[in-house]
Amino acid sequence: MLSFVLRRLALVIPTFFGVTLVAFLLVHLIPGDAIDVLGGERGVSPELRARLMAELGLDKPLWQQYLIYVGNVFQGDLGISTLNRKPVWEEFFARFPATLELSITAILFAIIVGLPAGIIAGVRRGSAFDHSVMGAALTGYSMPIFWWALLMIFFFSVTLGWTPVSGRISVIYFFDQPTGFMLIDSLLSGEKGAFRSAVSHLILPTIVLGTIPLAVIARMTRSSMIEVLSDDYIRTARAKGLSPFLVVNVHALRNALIPVITVIGLQVGTLLAGAILTETIFSWPGIGRWMIESIGRRDYPSVQGGILLIASAVIIVNLVVDVLYSIINPRIRYAS
Amino acid sequence: MKKPITGLAVTAAVAAAGLALATAPAKTAHAKTLVYCSEGDPSGFNPSLFTDGTTFDASSRQIYNRLVEFERGTTNIIPALAESWEVSEDGQTYTFKLRPGVKFHSNDSFAPSRDFNADDVLYSFERQLLEDHPFHTVSGGTYEYFAAMSMDSLVTSIEKVDDMTVRFNLSRPEAPFIANLGMDFASVLSAEYAQQMLDAGTPEQVDLAPIGTGPFVFVDFQPGATVRFRAFDDYFRGRSPLDNLVFAITPDSSVRFAKMQAGECHVTLNPNPADLQAMADDPEIDLIQREGLNVGYLAYNTEKEPYTDARVRKALNMAINKQAIIDAVFQDAGTIAKNPLPPTIWSYNEATVDDDYDPGAAKALLAEAGFGDGFETDIWAMPVQRPYNPNARRMAELIQADWAAVGVTAEIVSFEWPEYLKRSKDAEHQTLLLGWTGDNGDPDNFLATLLGCDAVRGSNRAQWCHQPFEELVQAAKVTADVDERTRLYEQAQLVFKEEAPWATIAHSVVSQPVRAEVIDWKIDPFGGNIFYGVDLAE
Repeated sequence: MLSFVLRRLALVIPTFFGVTLVAFLLVHLIPGDAIDVLGGERGVSPELRARLMAELGLDKPLWQQYLIYVGNVFQGDLGISTLNRKPVWEEFFARFPATLELSITAILFAIIVGLPAGIIAGVRRGSAFDHSVMGAALTGYSMPIFWWALLMIFFFSVTLGWTPVSGRISVIYFFDQPTGFMLIDSLLSGEKGAFRSAVSHLILPTIVLGTIPLAVIARMTRSSMIEVLSDDYIRTARAKGLSPFLVVNVHALRNALIPVITVIGLQVGTLLAGAILTETIFSWPGIGRWMIESIGRRDYPSVQGGILLIASAVIIVNLVVDVLYSIINPRIRYAS
Repeated sequence: MKKPITGLAVTAAVAAAGLALATAPAKTAHAKTLVYCSEGDPSGFNPSLFTDGTTFDASSRQIYNRLVEFERGTTNIIPALAESWEVSEDGQTYTFKLRPGVKFHSNDSFAPSRDFNADDVLYSFERQLLEDHPFHTVSGGTYEYFAAMSMDSLVTSIEKVDDMTVRFNLSRPEAPFIANLGMDFASVLSAEYAQQMLDAGTPEQVDLAPIGTGPFVFVDFQPGATVRFRAFDDYFRGRSPLDNLVFAITPDSSVRFAKMQAGECHVTLNPNPADLQAMADDPEIDLIQREGLNVGYLAYNTEKEPYTDARVRKALNMAINKQAIIDAVFQDAGTIAKNPLPPTIWSYNEATVDDDYDPGAAKALLAEAGFGDGFETDIWAMPVQRPYNPNARRMAELIQADWAAVGVTAEIVSFEWPEYLKRSKDAEHQTLLLGWTGDNGDPDNFLATLLGCDAVRGSNRAQWCHQPFEELVQAAKVTADVDERTRLYEQAQLVFKEEAPWATIAHSVVSQPVRAEVIDWKIDPFGGNIFYGVDLAE
């Protein structure tokens, strides 16, 4: 098992290099620079520009900038934001809990709803339930997040008044946030109604962000279930007289879950991409919005650092999924 | 087969019910807390370091004061931290008598030991002016507005005459100087606080945890979420009737409108033009409108053929149907511009005659200039939405069609915003759409800033340096007499119209939705949001 994990870890290193290079190139290929943005319609004097370029290290050739950047990254230094001169590291982790909280609730929502829906649809293949679940999944998968979010806001928040429009908690609550996770912090604050407010603020963004993963999980579970249910060992289990509950939930589900877990792992990337739009619409102070603002401001260190850290998160999650996968399905471990 | 499905269905139902634990939004009806849905994060809390309105709203306009200020809702200068001032005969010395008894805020790391005095004025300006000032490079030290208003070359020295008197010595007479001192970058910070933070080795704290004299005390900033303030009990003009002020950061304009409808915020900004009708129809929302301090224009690059010929520029002006643009692009939230100045600024010349829409005359004039068969050109369209041009692409399309009718074939070009600004500064365009929102309410801020010879290869996108115009504007700059300045600027506007370096297109009408319970909201002509003087109905 250890050697399996080590082998996987070894693969991560070139991936990291690739990510730093792509992040660096992408950011520097965007036309305009941080100083143009700072100057706006008014512009910046040549003297000030020269001083700032030197200060931000932008006066050196691109390849030198890259080497310096990679060197710093390996020492754990992601640089400082050109906007407010705070360490990128600090800026990222100030916002990461918000994104993580939303991503976790979204993926839980997707699993809790998607998995049972997929199983039932698979077991009752061809039924009206199956058709409606698959129809809904296709619709959910095809819907633009932006439009879906606004639709939800106008229906649930404005028309029905059931949920708040945006933000993480009502502005009347003001307390310290030691963990950065609003659900936990609102409980810790001891303020009456704070937790309830935090939960109600999570509902719409969770549904919106969880919609695509939900659709993918439901479809995957269904097709995997159908495949497994037609296997010989299931027929044997049934022939032995096992209860249908045991056949489906113990024998079939365990094998059907293997591809589903891979898909869930892959959804982490989708979640982070979706978080960029979802966070913008729901005024959610997470890294998606921070990245968008940093790109707009040509805040190179923030964008590079953000891409690198997000990529790291995706790589780590995929590593965990690989390991989980090998636990559930020992054949993978032995084969490699 | 029934059993497992029921079991799973129950699980799913419980999960769904858990998520559907929908609770009604907490209404923000807490005693006198005004919630403002702002657009984005402030860049910082020292207004002299930044140029964006979002930062000013969260700093200068609530936390700080200036020596002189603009009366709320107008461009009129009123005394603030200075009670009075005198200008020397030669117009090069301004002496300010400071207001006694003005208190500074306090926070966890600072409690003021004295009232506001001349040291604070010196600190605030010398930090920006003197390169060897210990604070000059703190927090990046980009004093762009200070430089953009040429304060660095204008102010030669600042003297402390006594504790309550300050003198500014200028290198030349400059009439707009007083208006400059009302601008956000001229906010006065605490010298005592700065010294304490410098001694503690954390000078940047001054810009992150602001201490001012203004009506609201900074409480907290959660990036991407909220900025919080509370009323300052000892404010020199009297305590604000609001107890708390919260900026709820909401980047999407449709969502801001939804939040207003749901009662989650009282005031917001920059509504979608498409939402205006719905706002006007909503009995709980007052849609307040006024003409903006701005102008949207199409600049001809007067260095490039055929725009070196004023007749060509005039002809193309006559070919543009501005009313159609007001209807389609501004959706009536705009007025036709005939001068480069907005009508809200003094010296606006009512007598100017606009180049009326007349394709026939335009064609004839083009033929006279030798372009009877037309020519090919480009129109640069900004990629961003601005009050003076809510949809540049659409505007460009309308102009393209108008010009096609007189035989001129135009291609629409656009770049990403920073690139657009850079390339247009380098004069790569033939014609381009841009605009300007006034900084200090002075005509000089439009006429010299956008059309002066010094601004060529800068904010003068027409690259137009015309001596008769330049002389008038420069003469007005060094005259303190407002009547004389008015006469010079009126004349300059006529010269401008004759030479037509721009097609003046529109002045926007600014719309701002506020909830009905908000009392005495005034739209700031400078585009700011000022909460002192505003109240909430119980």
